[in-house]
Amino acid sequence: MTTPRLSVTAARKEFPGVVALDGVSLALAPGEVLAVVGENGAGKSTLMKIVAGVYAADAGEVQLDGVPVRFAGPGAAAEAGVVLIHQELNLAENLTVLDNLFLGREVTTAGALRLLNRREMAGRAAGLLARVGLPADRLYARVEALPPGEKQLVEIARSLGTDVRVLIMDEPTSSLTQRETETLYGVIDGLKATGVSVMYISHRLAEVKRCCDRAVVLRDGRNAGELAKADITHDNLVRLMVGRDLKQFYPKTHRPEPSAPAVLTVRGVRYRGGPETPASFDVRAGEVLGMAGLVGAGRTELSEAVFGVRHITAGEVLLNDRPLAVRTPRDAIEAGVLLVPEDRRLHGLVLAEGVGFNLSLPNLAGLSTALGVSRSREAEMHRTWIDRLRVKTPSAAQPVGLLSGGNQQKVVYGKWLARGPKVLVLDEPTRGVDVGAKAEIYALIDELAGKGVAVWMITSDMEELLGMSDRVVVMHEGRVAGELTGTVSEEAVMRLATGGAAT
Amino acid sequence: MTRILGVLGLLVALYAALASSDPNAGRPDNLMSVANLQGRYGVITLGAALVIIVGGIDLSIGAVVGCSAVLFGVLMNEGVHPFAAVPAVALFGATVGLINGLLITRLKLQPFLVTLCGMFVYRGVARLLGGTIGQASVIERHPEFKDAIRTLRYLFIGKSPTDGDLLFPAQFVILLVLAAVVGFFIRRTAYGRYWYAIGHSELAAKYAGVNVNRQRVAIYTVCSALAAVTGVLLFLDAPSVQSDNAGNAYELYAILGAVLGGCSLRGGEGTAVGMVLGAMVLPVLENLVTFQGAKSDVIPLVIGATLLFGAIVDELIRGRSRVHR
Repeated sequence: MTTPRLSVTAARKEFPGVVALDGVSLALAPGEVLAVVGENGAGKSTLMKIVAGVYAADAGEVQLDGVPVRFAGPGAAAEAGVVLIHQELNLAENLTVLDNLFLGREVTTAGALRLLNRREMAGRAAGLLARVGLPADRLYARVEALPPGEKQLVEIARSLGTDVRVLIMDEPTSSLTQRETETLYGVIDGLKATGVSVMYISHRLAEVKRCCDRAVVLRDGRNAGELAKADITHDNLVRLMVGRDLKQFYPKTHRPEPSAPAVLTVRGVRYRGGPETPASFDVRAGEVLGMAGLVGAGRTELSEAVFGVRHITAGEVLLNDRPLAVRTPRDAIEAGVLLVPEDRRLHGLVLAEGVGFNLSLPNLAGLSTALGVSRSREAEMHRTWIDRLRVKTPSAAQPVGLLSGGNQQKVVYGKWLARGPKVLVLDEPTRGVDVGAKAEIYALIDELAGKGVAVWMITSDMEELLGMSDRVVVMHEGRVAGELTGTVSEEAVMRLATGGAAT
Repeated sequence: MTRILGVLGLLVALYAALASSDPNAGRPDNLMSVANLQGRYGVITLGAALVIIVGGIDLSIGAVVGCSAVLFGVLMNEGVHPFAAVPAVALFGATVGLINGLLITRLKLQPFLVTLCGMFVYRGVARLLGGTIGQASVIERHPEFKDAIRTLRYLFIGKSPTDGDLLFPAQFVILLVLAAVVGFFIRRTAYGRYWYAIGHSELAAKYAGVNVNRQRVAIYTVCSALAAVTGVLLFLDAPSVQSDNAGNAYELYAILGAVLGGCSLRGGEGTAVGMVLGAMVLPVLENLVTFQGAKSDVIPLVIGATLLFGAIVDELIRGRSRVHR
């Protein structure tokens, strides 16, 4: 066997109170694309950071082309050709693409003045952009003006500016559209061909299957197993990630009545800043209506309009056949139309405040007496929901920002469930949630639908859509492209989502 | 809690230094006059702190204090009874705050910009209203107001109606009462929760159904009303007020008090006890410097340096407690 490009042997890393990595090993061949998969907390990011020199391992060894290395920091790693591309991009948004490509390693004249050699940099930059498939006219565009996909490509181009040997990508497609994702695959294929090795961290199974040669699964800081390309399937991955078969991953005990009345009716709705075409659909009592569509199809925007964040300019929203005037989120909340937003860290939670604070926030009127908020009622309410949703937190006072994604999401559900929803609008209900908590959230959604709540679930996760929905509505460029009932196939959804006709 | 410990330590040290600096410094009349100034600064500190908690800033406080002090005198000169002039001035302040709040929430202007402009506008209004005005000149014009003004001075400042001696620090009492009200609101009512939520994350508050704009307008209104009340206090405590400098730099004293008391300029943090303690620092420090026999020219330098030192120590204490959490 040839020498691996990169090998990690028995890496161990301990943080106060947690063993993040407990003897993980892997090897990466030249020109190989290796997927690293695992639940949140399985040790993926710790492993990446050790490889990229952000952390030093407590024990174990990292070899680059057969030579043991111990990087002093990310700079040293990059120098040696090991580059980490973060999930949150590290670009200076206010500078141009060119400035970013050479940030920190500008080509300058000799001497103390360090005049920038713009011509030299522009020449080299053009080559870098070409390699990642970006048009040359982006060179002088400010990064903030670029769509997310192009930012990702700029970040990759920047890493190519050095003599990169190993590229580590952390969830690179999390903010990309379908088309941008395809471009990224093309770039990865190109890098592969030139012998660059890629460590690809992703939650998305389809991607792992599409662009990786092999998958390594981590669980609880250890190697849980490895899958060759042909064996990468959802069942195999989940079994390795969770360590057991997830029977009933998508429970469906609720049985919606086909004749059940519509609870929420969206009729010919247009909203400020939205598309020309009005949107119409309804959600019935006791059903989970799945809403599919590509990123940018206008699903989130539509839900925000119904929730009172965006101003509705035409059409109407009906709740139980009665017109519902929603001007602010408060109106929607008081009517029982509750939104679990896509970006829970920005819209769903006050991260710096406690679990209890967040559970209470929309429910304070009911918790107050003439003398202000009742501490005892509040404490009881916090206990109830922390227990019922099994939120893992040391106390109700724990700042919610310190919880894991899954537990944060449970707090968002808790604050609404305490009100008794009529319509629950879920925008990407399990994004950034680990597999264990996902199963719990699915069970919860099922239970709520069983109790007659109308659930409108917007999701980009195909498995979730097919697994949880009773009915599927597909959006394309701001309009409802079609509705699918019965056994829904992935192909049918994609056809509608990409602008095709229903068959 | 650690946020309060820092300022508490600073106060203890300042009072100890004051007591040992001069035999006269520890006498009740000196301590009472310091307390009175603490009370006056404290009232505006409460307002500034509330604005800071919701993630804003109010730079117009000092101008509103000055404008209100002048307006109070002018109203009485024009024959408005003192007892009616007090609520009228408070209403003026509330209106100013309402305008600030509406500009910030409806037109989405930066609080810094709006209140910076307000700082010039209300100073300008004060100068248009009049030059120098004081209790003596009002009483000379309207002898019938003498008793009412003396009564107000007794109630708000604590000065004897007969000889003008300081009997008790009424301004500090007013501060404690107002702080208790503020504390009740931020600790016990839904509104307080909303303010913290807005300060930390305006969007999360909005998505939780909080009427963010209404709350912010209310806070700016309260802040300017408190500044107007402080203008009344200033008029009643001083022999006379000048329209071009009355209340000068008060907004900075207020913001300083709020920050020393544990309000984060990023919003979402602050306690009523902290606000009171934070507001108490500056008057003691001024008094201490005076008793040290320093020339008045060095006072700003000493105050600035001491406060900076206090802020650094405070940050070190807090930084350590953060790591150990």
